[in-house]
Amino acid sequence: MERIPILRMGNYLLVTIQVDMHDKLALTLQDDLTNRISEVNAKGVLIDISSLEIVDSFIGRTLANIASMARVLDAETVVVGMQPAVAITLVELGMSLPGIRTALNVESGMEYLRETVAAHEGSDDAIGDSREV
Amino acid sequence: MMLSGTVEKSEIVPIANSSDVVIVRQRVRALATELKFSLVDQTKIVTAASELGRNTLEHGGGGSLELALVVNGVRRGIRLRFSDQGPGIPDIAQALKDGFTTGSGMGLGLGGSKRLVNEFEINTRPGDGTVVIAIRWK
Repeated sequence: MERIPILRMGNYLLVTIQVDMHDKLALTLQDDLTNRISEVNAKGVLIDISSLEIVDSFIGRTLANIASMARVLDAETVVVGMQPAVAITLVELGMSLPGIRTALNVESGMEYLRETVAAHEGSDDAIGDSREV
Repeated sequence: MMLSGTVEKSEIVPIANSSDVVIVRQRVRALATELKFSLVDQTKIVTAASELGRNTLEHGGGGSLELALVVNGVRRGIRLRFSDQGPGIPDIAQALKDGFTTGSGMGLGLGGSKRLVNEFEINTRPGDGTVVIAIRWK
């Protein structure tokens, strides 16, 4: 079966969508990513959509679902690399992708994930310390 | 409504499964590129085609797209005509509202597509299928 590969790098999962996804493929990616987050205890998910020539309401909703499911599983999601023409069209279509963190490129996306995950772990430690006192 | 223009050439794209919606996007993209639409205009018409093609599949139970290059005076454009033999749309005004959905989508398909094109028309009767025509001029 056709699948979009998910790469693991430490606590992070990386996905580059390079094909024109039909709806079933998008749903398969949603399931695969959710399972992988839980399997490897991932803290961050980066989805690179720089090769996508359109994002319609279905793909937009799938991205939003992935971000929500990841959040419930204690992982942050960032969507990077949206083409300007895609952004213009999405907003005109009526989707502003609420709840999805975006970044211009992979580099700033990774930076965001590292900072967020570090801040999150820092606050966990603080709770742990206070319990010991 | 106008939706006028002389058809210079056309092709039929069947829509029976979700892979066909990808083919719809590719065919519309090819014609938009041929007409030298700007990248933003290409993206808009392809996105509209994707939304409407999905509607034809999900709500109409499948159907087809007639994709045409239309000419009106000096203007050239792309006309999309999606037709299905499905249950039809009982309340068009409601279906065009953002956020209205009977399916699994976000309810942006019809109203959103209308915003992405220059001319838009729906012909439907309950039990009698639906035809959606959309034109984007260059």
